[in-house]
Amino acid sequence: MNISKSDNEILGELACGDSKAIENIYRECYGQIEGLIMKNNGTSDDARDVFQEAMIVLYENAKSGSFSLSCQVKTYMYAVCRRLWLKRLQVMQRYTNGLDHADVGVNVDEDIEEHERKNAEISMMEGALNKIGEPCKSLLKAFYFEKKNMPEIAEKFGYTNADNAKNQKYKCLVRLKKLFFSNNKNGG
Amino acid sequence: MEDNLLLDAIERYYKGEMTAEEKTFLEELRKNNPEIDQLAVEHTYFLQQLGKAADRNCFKETLHQVESKLINEGVIKHKEQGRVVYLWNRYKRIIAVAASIAIFFSLVTTSVVSVYNGGKKDSKITPLVNKTIQLEKDIEALKVKVGNSSSAIHPKPVFKASFTATGFLIDGSGYLVTNAHVINDAKNLIVENNKGEQFYATSLYINKTTDLAILKVNDTSFKKVKNLPYSFSRSSADLGEQLFTLGYPREEIVYGEGYLSSKSGYSGDTTSYQVSISANPGNSGGPVFNRNGEVIGVISSKETNADGVVFAIRSKNIYKALEEVKQGSIKLPFNNTIKGLNRVQQIKKIEDCVFMVKGN
Repeated sequence: MNISKSDNEILGELACGDSKAIENIYRECYGQIEGLIMKNNGTSDDARDVFQEAMIVLYENAKSGSFSLSCQVKTYMYAVCRRLWLKRLQVMQRYTNGLDHADVGVNVDEDIEEHERKNAEISMMEGALNKIGEPCKSLLKAFYFEKKNMPEIAEKFGYTNADNAKNQKYKCLVRLKKLFFSNNKNGG
Repeated sequence: MEDNLLLDAIERYYKGEMTAEEKTFLEELRKNNPEIDQLAVEHTYFLQQLGKAADRNCFKETLHQVESKLINEGVIKHKEQGRVVYLWNRYKRIIAVAASIAIFFSLVTTSVVSVYNGGKKDSKITPLVNKTIQLEKDIEALKVKVGNSSSAIHPKPVFKASFTATGFLIDGSGYLVTNAHVINDAKNLIVENNKGEQFYATSLYINKTTDLAILKVNDTSFKKVKNLPYSFSRSSADLGEQLFTLGYPREEIVYGEGYLSSKSGYSGDTTSYQVSISANPGNSGGPVFNRNGEVIGVISSKETNADGVVFAIRSKNIYKALEEVKQGSIKLPFNNTIKGLNRVQQIKKIEDCVFMVKGN
């Protein structure tokens, strides 16, 4: 990856969610990954899926701050995608005799485990959000996901003022919390 | 309500929105009150989890945006991707050969059919109209060749077009809009009105992303049009709105009508519309009007593997193009003088402003 920027700079931009950085990584790495997956029983949709997942792994690592690459971004993405695709093949029981592409010798198992743990947490939160129903779901999403402020939310959801909206948000948040923790207990 | 305030305080503490005073107060409260401390720990954890979900969600959205951008650019392949064909006569020669074969067979079939039907009129012949014209063009081209070889001197050089498309006036003093793919790398451009008068033109602006191009007529014989009858819509058209278009899929101007079938274009492109108007090679660059005679779009392409799926670039992009051209001399018409007229009257006024674009 010698496009004038060092890999660490790219990681820094990625950590801020910079779409230009994402685009560059796609341009640099996607072709190779697509080849890997299409040659090993995958479709182009699978390739896009796996690549997205790997982007999330890289992003979350970049954000954690303590992460430093032991190889090029391209090699890292390749290793992560390869590992992810192997796992999926195993789940689908399509896996036969090893992948057609060589292992690049970068160990990403820990990163992927960490990523899966995070996935489980996030899906727990999303499960709770999906259970709480409207308008709570949209309201909380507007505040926490889209980072809208209270006057905006009041207008969007038709509350007379920001205080009313805030009150409603509080009620929704308490409900979400209850759902989240009860699921957590059942899950654990 | 107490709880409400407390949770709010914890949230503000978590987000770092508190003043130093408030902070020390809350920390003090937590120290002295294990129950509140427990609640704070729990709520902070919960907010962290919510924050992670939000962050992931946000990143995924950015990913999707980048992905669809790259799909549009062709960097990423997409399974359901249909191929888009441009509606212009690039493959004229091939079509001409195909047409002559088709004509041969259709003549044979029609003669056979007419023998059996006793000369009854047969509607199957209709689709051939376009193709015979192709053949005529070819014959004309041949005549020119023959003429040249016998070294006859022509008073005017005959313009042999390698493609034809449609364009329309955006400024009466001689500025037209058409598609960028039409004039891609044309050396010479000519625009022809519905009376058959031809004018030389040059391209002033080409934008391959929006697929729009602006042409300028350079011919002194071009008569300026004082007031263009139509205006250009800045707002989005509505689903199901009745639309019509004028264009040159053949030597004669052709009217077509239909409706807006989707607010986005090819694979979700929000800078264009999907319209249900029959369009053929040559319709590229034609204006799409709504009922009131406002231009809402410019026809650009259709999908090969689907029926009646035609895409039109939103008129908003014309405004953008003009901003980029930065020529104050181009002024889009302000008033719409054909609103409320019936369709026939509207067309009569519009047809003088729609041109065939030829080039080689």
